[in-house]
Amino acid sequence: MAYERKIGDTILSVDQISLAFGGVKALSNISFSVNQHEVFAIIGPNGAGKSSMLNCINGFYHPQEGTITFKGNTRRHVRPSEAAREGIARTFQNIALFKGMTTLDNIMTGRNTKMHKNIFWQALRFGPAEKEEMEHREVVERVIDFLEIEAIRKTPVGTLPYGLQKRVELGRALAAEPDLLLLDEPMAGMNLEEKQDMCRFILDVNDEFGTTIVLIEHDMGVVMDISDRVVVLDYGKKLADGTPDEVRSNQAVIDAYLGVAHDDAEE
Amino acid sequence: MLFLLETVVSGLLAGVMYSLVALGFVLIFKASGIFNFAQGVFALFAGLALYDFIADDGWFYHMFGFVLPVWAGIIATMGVMIIVAWLVEFLVLRHLVNQEPIILFMSTIGLAYFLEGLGDTLFGSDVKPLDIGLPHGAVDFLLDDYNFYVEKLEIVAAVVAAVLVVVLAVFFQKTRIGRALRAVADDHQAALSVGISLRTIWVIVWSVSGFVALVAGIMWGSKSGIQFSLSLIALKALPVLILGGFTSVPGAIIGGLIIGVGEKVAEVYAGPFVGSAIENWFAYMLALAFLLFRPQGLFGEKIIERV
Repeated sequence: MAYERKIGDTILSVDQISLAFGGVKALSNISFSVNQHEVFAIIGPNGAGKSSMLNCINGFYHPQEGTITFKGNTRRHVRPSEAAREGIARTFQNIALFKGMTTLDNIMTGRNTKMHKNIFWQALRFGPAEKEEMEHREVVERVIDFLEIEAIRKTPVGTLPYGLQKRVELGRALAAEPDLLLLDEPMAGMNLEEKQDMCRFILDVNDEFGTTIVLIEHDMGVVMDISDRVVVLDYGKKLADGTPDEVRSNQAVIDAYLGVAHDDAEE
Repeated sequence: MLFLLETVVSGLLAGVMYSLVALGFVLIFKASGIFNFAQGVFALFAGLALYDFIADDGWFYHMFGFVLPVWAGIIATMGVMIIVAWLVEFLVLRHLVNQEPIILFMSTIGLAYFLEGLGDTLFGSDVKPLDIGLPHGAVDFLLDDYNFYVEKLEIVAAVVAAVLVVVLAVFFQKTRIGRALRAVADDHQAALSVGISLRTIWVIVWSVSGFVALVAGIMWGSKSGIQFSLSLIALKALPVLILGGFTSVPGAIIGGLIIGVGEKVAEVYAGPFVGSAIENWFAYMLALAFLLFRPQGLFGEKIIERV
């Protein structure tokens, strides 16, 4: 990459996380850490536990073992609303937008954790609540400009094409001004042009706002291009982590992806 | 002509009463996707509680030896409804997160019967005339000058409903909590991911619908006394919702008005030919027709599904 970025200290570290659903081990003993301002990718074949990992980080799943440390705060279980308040925002593999609401309203919900005026003012939409609403509206408009979705501001998102929905979802996450942005397959199901746009947005977010990004992606070309570091999961276990080049030349990773030399292949 | 007008006006005003009940349904459905069968019982329960706080033959009077003034009684009743909302969340909803809608629906049926029984036990089952000082009788000048009968109480109900709708519409469309409510209704996971707490939202929405139930309870109670048949009137809200759309606040109002007017007009003009009692089934027939041709109702959000 052409520009020089300053990678900071560890912002998120995942320590010995194990997660099981009944008898199915989704994650076993996973550890890695993510540095501030980094673009960090989690890759692996289907069912490797990538989404489960993300769900543990933002509190949807509660791992049975291990701890997650975010901004110096160590614990095993975190509630999703807590995670959001502490600065973790995310998008979903299958778009999870509020389909009946407009683009603007969807992105406004991203401001949820930043708005504090109490419910009685809000019910009246009066005084401080009115002013607050306006301030947050400004942030949201900046996000809309940034993602170049001005034209669909008032459109109910359920009617938008897939690629744009993905962009709105990113917008909602950005509106929270997160310190850590979790992207679950941000480019899945997109055509080449949409993928390029999304890549550009991700890099711009990282570059302009210094947001740390953890992403899951299947498109290896994209992953190797935009990530600073990569962790590889397979069947809930960690195979390797390191820079894209290190990972690319790792024998275990090559085996997993090409499906050879799996002596314990059980299926 | 004057007679037709009188019929329409009285239909409109009766419709407002349906709308008030339907509104409570819409609120909960909008915010949690739950069809709250207990909404009518909520209205009954709120009415009973209010009566008890302010009447001198109630439980409160026997216990403390005095009654509350009307305004304090209303506030106290609101407190009771908030406690009910909190208990519903704590004892029922919390344990049913991510369950099928039908299961949540069943739980509200249980809730309805429970509250009805509780109301009966606590307050007794006789009809209670609720009088909080709302005006009664005909609007005099219309009756004297034009021989046109309009009930004052129903005018009050119409004004109250109008104010309620405006406040709720603004609340839902323009505020953070309103947006959070709609967000929760749309997608639980996504709502959680932006830091919305489902529990808080549920308590808020059930409290708000408790408040609407209180208003409905007051209006119905002032009109025909607080009685257990109030919970049956809630069933009339069903066709109102089908007409207006389950997710639309204005829809609930307009649906209520259409049904109110339709009923009255049909009763008066078509009644003699089919042996009357049209009022009992007209609403349901209308709802059936709507289900066939416009299942999302007049104002409901169109169901968009991409395949």
